Amino acid sequence: MRVVVWIRERGWEACVDAAAALALDPAAVTLLAVPEADLEEVAAGGRAGLLGRHPRPPRGPSWDAVADEAAQGVLAAARDRLGGAAGTEVRHGRPERAVVEACAGADLLVLARDGEARLGPKSLGKHTRFVVDHAPCPVLLVWDGPPPPVDTLPPPPR
Amino acid sequence: VSEAVALIALAATLAAAVARPRLAPDWAVAAGAALLLVALGVLSADDARDAAGDLGPTIGFLAALLVLADGCREAGLFAALGAAMATGARGDPIRLLALVFVIGAGTTAVLSLDATVVLLTPVVFATASRLRMPARPHVYACSHLANSASLLLPVSNLTNLLAFHAVGVSFLRFTALMALPWLVALAVEWVVLRRAFAPQLRPGAEPRSEDEVQAAVPVPRFALGVIAATLAGFALSSLAGIEPVWVAVAGAAALALHERRPPRALLRAVEPPFLVFVLGLAVVVRAAGDHGLQSAVEALVPHGEGLLALIGVAAVSAVVANLVNNLPATLILLPVVAGGAAGAGPALAMLVGVNAGPNLTYVGSLATLLWRRVLHAHGTDADLGEFVRLGLLTVPAILVASTAALWLALQVV
Repeated sequence: MRVVVWIRERGWEACVDAAAALALDPAAVTLLAVPEADLEEVAAGGRAGLLGRHPRPPRGPSWDAVADEAAQGVLAAARDRLGGAAGTEVRHGRPERAVVEACAGADLLVLARDGEARLGPKSLGKHTRFVVDHAPCPVLLVWDGPPPPVDTLPPPPR
Repeated sequence: VSEAVALIALAATLAAAVARPRLAPDWAVAAGAALLLVALGVLSADDARDAAGDLGPTIGFLAALLVLADGCREAGLFAALGAAMATGARGDPIRLLALVFVIGAGTTAVLSLDATVVLLTPVVFATASRLRMPARPHVYACSHLANSASLLLPVSNLTNLLAFHAVGVSFLRFTALMALPWLVALAVEWVVLRRAFAPQLRPGAEPRSEDEVQAAVPVPRFALGVIAATLAGFALSSLAGIEPVWVAVAGAAALALHERRPPRALLRAVEPPFLVFVLGLAVVVRAAGDHGLQSAVEALVPHGEGLLALIGVAAVSAVVANLVNNLPATLILLPVVAGGAAGAGPALAMLVGVNAGPNLTYVGSLATLLWRRVLHAHGTDADLGEFVRLGLLTVPAILVASTAALWLALQVV
């Protein structure tokens, strides 16, 4: 049994608790983080007003290094919460694809909803949607926090 | 023939600035194009000198501001701001977003958009990452505010400096007229980003405590004092009859001396190639303007100081800024909007367009956008759809609401 748990800044506690509730051998669990690498590109959007100016970036760690360190931090916290024996892995690339690739040969993927806190398709962000749609293994999809009550279900279409 | 030559020179200069070819840096292309236009007689040497000389004080002003921002960075101001945000957020992503808004808008207004883009944004990213929060809303806020929060002071954006010089209002009057439009732009950004990123802004199950996150960072009191004194100097300059550029020079010099910045570092902060680029670009735009571009723009831009006319000016300016980038757009539009009998209104409405407009198409101009797609065809691109969607939600609303606020301010101030 090999279980992959997708660890993100939001919802990782719920994922870890769900994995722990399965009472698996912790050594069979891989905690996976994929830093979002496009934020530096988003920030470059602000350079719109700097035509002709090419200021040097300030000294300090690169964006990737900062993101990697943060990912390692969350993974360490997740491992502590699970009991210490789980493996950790940081992958790079498009997060949704990296997660699907990491699930090759796995027996279960655990991940959390990351969208709106109500029942319905919008409770999944687009990366989560992609992973759920493409996962090559069974998926355990948990709520980050208490699930919305079932009476929030929208009425059926007429 | 002159018209075609002038337009080709302008196109070549803009292409070099966007594509940044290794063999022909943008500043060399701009300077070469300017010299060529004079040599060919498309623009008389007197007109070229006039166009460049007109820009001189503005360039000096910008250089002083760049040195001031560099001194603030060296003094550790941005590290201290990061620590203050980490502490003040108390583990709540929405509180952090609010702090990013306050600090981002303040940094942009006082130290110009360059400081926000280059110096503040990486600090915000690192702060959110250390707090284990999704950094996307906060990075987007910085990236948007660098443009839309650059309305307030003449020093907030090079475009403002150009208009400030051309219109000839006092520093205080410029600020008084733009305060309301600036606040309205911030409000629009807040509402849109807060809603668009609601899932990422939920508090985490177990927020990290402050001392886990951030060692104490000393507050650079001297740098903050210099900024406060410089701002006060700007406000008083018009009363005392001093050009505000000298206030900026004094502030920059005080900080550079205190931080013992070597001359080489100062020179690097000023970016001499950029100053050459702007001068060359101004001459090229003048040539293109004299040979038909200005009359074409004149026909395009609404005239008058009524509410609808101002919104029209802002909208046209935003479109032009997205087509050719905001600096060339300002140089092209300024003679048209600052010349008439309508007062400062049209020029300030143009600023709303060229400053807030670039958030619409990701990197501010279609040309830059397309070129980046070519360069990054196989890399990790930002999600273009997300960027454009947020631009569409904010920019048109800011154009209308901030320009309406400007119209209101013009009636009152």
